[in-house]
Amino acid sequence: MGKTNVSLRGKNVLGLEDFSPEEIRLVLETAKEMKNIIHRDIKKVPTLRGKSIVTLFYEPSTRTRTSFELAGKYLGADVVNITAGTSSIVKGESLRDTLYTIEAMGVDAIVMRHKAEGAAEYASRVVSPVILNAGDGAHAHPSQGLLNLFTIQEHKGHLEGLKVAIIGDVLHSRVARSDIYGMRKMGMEVHIAGPKTLIPRFLYQEPGVIVHERIEDAIANADVIEVLRIQLERMKGGLFPTTREYARIFGLNDMRLKLAKDDALILHPGPMNKGWEISPFTAYGDNSAIQEQVQNGVAVRMALFTLVLTGGKQE
Amino acid sequence: MKLLLKGGRVINPAGKFDKIADVLVEDGKIKEIGENLAADGAEIYDATDKVVTPGLIDLHVHFREPGQEAKEDFESGANAAAAGGFTTVCTMPNTKPVVDDAAMVRSLEKRAEDVAKVHVKIIGAVTKGQEGKELAELGDMIEAGAVAFSDDGHYDQKAKVLLNAFDYLHTFDKVIVNHDEETSLVEDGVMNEGHRSAMLGLKGRPTVAEDIAVARDIMLAEYAGSRVHVAHISSARAVDIVRQAKKRGVRVTCEVTPQHLTMTDECVNLFDTSTKINPPLRAQQDCDALLEGLKDGTIDAIVTDHSPHAQEDKDREYIYAPSGFPGLETSLGIMLTDLYHAGKLDLPTIVSKMTCEPAKVFGMDAGTLAVGKSADITVIDPELCWTVDEKKFYTKGSHSPFIGRELKGKAVLTVVAGKIVMQDGEVL
Repeated sequence: MGKTNVSLRGKNVLGLEDFSPEEIRLVLETAKEMKNIIHRDIKKVPTLRGKSIVTLFYEPSTRTRTSFELAGKYLGADVVNITAGTSSIVKGESLRDTLYTIEAMGVDAIVMRHKAEGAAEYASRVVSPVILNAGDGAHAHPSQGLLNLFTIQEHKGHLEGLKVAIIGDVLHSRVARSDIYGMRKMGMEVHIAGPKTLIPRFLYQEPGVIVHERIEDAIANADVIEVLRIQLERMKGGLFPTTREYARIFGLNDMRLKLAKDDALILHPGPMNKGWEISPFTAYGDNSAIQEQVQNGVAVRMALFTLVLTGGKQE
Repeated sequence: MKLLLKGGRVINPAGKFDKIADVLVEDGKIKEIGENLAADGAEIYDATDKVVTPGLIDLHVHFREPGQEAKEDFESGANAAAAGGFTTVCTMPNTKPVVDDAAMVRSLEKRAEDVAKVHVKIIGAVTKGQEGKELAELGDMIEAGAVAFSDDGHYDQKAKVLLNAFDYLHTFDKVIVNHDEETSLVEDGVMNEGHRSAMLGLKGRPTVAEDIAVARDIMLAEYAGSRVHVAHISSARAVDIVRQAKKRGVRVTCEVTPQHLTMTDECVNLFDTSTKINPPLRAQQDCDALLEGLKDGTIDAIVTDHSPHAQEDKDREYIYAPSGFPGLETSLGIMLTDLYHAGKLDLPTIVSKMTCEPAKVFGMDAGTLAVGKSADITVIDPELCWTVDEKKFYTKGSHSPFIGRELKGKAVLTVVAGKIVMQDGEVL
C-alpha cells in the first residue's frame, strides 16, 4: 500500500459499485488516521473549516445521522441537519426543489438518506454539491459497507481471502448490497443465507456470491459473520411465520457461532432486534465488534468527508 | 382531389402484394393500384426507393383525455401518430373519468372528429370505473362505436366477473384486451425480477405474475368460447402459453411493443425513469421468445403502448415515477433499425404486424390497400437515418429510453382518407 495517485476529491459517494479497490483502500487508510483524532481529548481539527455540510434525512436514523454530524464537526465543518418531518418536505416540495434550495445556500456536501432507491444518484445529477448516500431504500449504504471493511481489517489485519457470512434479511438490506460490492472488490469470499423469502431470488447470479438456504452452511468456518436486522417495517407480512420461529431456525446464537472459526468476528449494522436475529449473549460476547462498528463509523465518515471535500493529503 | 404515389415498393400483406407499383387515390379512396398509372391531373408523390404500405395501426395508445390533458390530448396524440406513420389508433379507457359508457364513447369520437388528424377508435372499459366489479354497459358502447374493451392498467377482475364479461361479449363478438399481471405478485414492483433488480434493490415484478394471468384469462375465454387479446406480452413463458392455446383453437390474440422486443432489464438504472414500464423490460431470453412469437404467428400485432406523462411526473425518484413513455414517434424506427436492418425480421412481416393483422384483431375495416377502401396509406423511407430528439416530438411527453438513438428508417408520408397529414416529419 502506501503512496497512491488515487483521489476522491469531488466524488459522489453513492454506492460501492462505483469504487475501485484502490479507492476503498485509500478510505480505509485515511480512516485509520481519523480514528486517532476521535481518541484525543480535544476532538477538533481544522481540515474542513469553512466548509458546510447538510444532512438531509427522509427516514429516521440515530447512529448514521449522528455519526455523519459528529464526523463533520470533528473536522471543523459547519453541519446543519434537515429531517423530513420538520421541513418543507411535509408541504409536498419535490426532491429536486428541496435540493435546489439547499444548493442555493452554498453547501459543499449533502448527506442524504431516502426511502427511494436511487434518490442519492438522482440528487447527484440535479445539484453540484458532493452527495454522500447515507442509505437509499434497499439499494446502498456505502459508508456502512466501508466501516464494516475497516472493522474487519482492524481485527484481521487484511481482507483478501476471508470468508464472510451475511445472514438474515438480505431482501430489504442496503447494507448487504454495499457489503457484497465492497467485500468482493477486496477479495473476500461472500456467503449469504436466510429464509428464502428474504433472499432476492436471483442474487445467486451475482458473480462471487454463494447463496445457502441454511445459515449453518454459510457460517461454517467463517472468519466474519454479519447479522442483518429483520426489517419488519418494510415488510407487508407473510415473509416468515413468527419471530420466535425465525430466532430458532435462522437466528445467530452461541451454538451456531461454534460452527465458525474460533476468532470469528460478529458484525451487525444496528439497530438490533435482540432475541430475534441475534441472541443477546452473542451480541455482547467476545466475538462481537458491534460497538466498535459505531466508533469506526465516525472515523470512516471523517475520512470520506476529508477525501471528497479536500482530496486528503496531497503529495 | 387526386393523389398518385408513384414508383414505390408497395407492400400490402392482406393482398399478398409486394412489388413496385403506383397507387392512385381519388375522393379519399383507393382508386387503382398498378404499373405506370396515368397521373390524369393528380398530385404526384415520387415514392421511388420508398415503401408504400397500408396506414399503420396501433391498438394500444393512451391519449389521457379527458382528465390528464397536461400529459396528452386527442390533438397532440393524433399528431404524434401522424408523425410516426400511423393512420388509426385505439385509445385505452383509463382516463379520468374512465370511458365506461356510451356517452363517453360518443363524446370522444366527437373530439376525434374535431381535432384528430388520424382515425381514433375508442376502447371502452370492461367494468364500471375499471374497478373489476360490475360490467360496464358493453352493448351500448358497441353501438356507440367502441372497438374493444379493456381494464388496461389494472388486473383487478375477479375470475367470475371476467367470465361474465366473456360470456356477455360472446353475443357481440368483441374482444377483451387484458393487462396480464397478477396484482398480488407485482404489488409495488418497479422492474423485472432478476439479477439486476436483486443488485439494485428495486422491487421486482416476476414473469410468473404475467404467466399465470395470461393462463387464467385464456382458460376463461376458452371456457366461454369468447375472444381475448393479451396486451403487451413480455414473458417467454406467456408467449408459449398463447402458442399452445392457439394450437388448440382458443380465440386468443396478443400484441408486443418495440421496447419489449429490443430492450432488457439490463437497461434499467436508478436515475432514468423512462425505462420504467409495465409489464417491465425483461431478460434477453424473453426478447428472443417475443421475436420467435412474431415470426411463427403467435404474436399478432406490434403496438406502442404510447403512455405520455408530464415532465414533472417522470422527473423524480425511480420508484415514485409513473410507468410508460410515448412510443408513436419511435415505434417504426425502432422496428426497422433493430429488427429489419438487424436481419431479424423481414419488411412484409413488420408491415403485416402493424397493419392488417391488428385490424383483424379488433375487426376493423382497415389495414389494407384495396380498391374502394379508405385511402389510409403510409410511405416509409427504410434507409433514412435520423436521431430521436424529444424536442421534435409532437406528443406532449418528452421522456423516452430511445432519446438520442440513431435510427435508420422512418415514415415520410402519412395519408389519411386521401389527405396528406404528414410529410417529411412535419404534421400538416
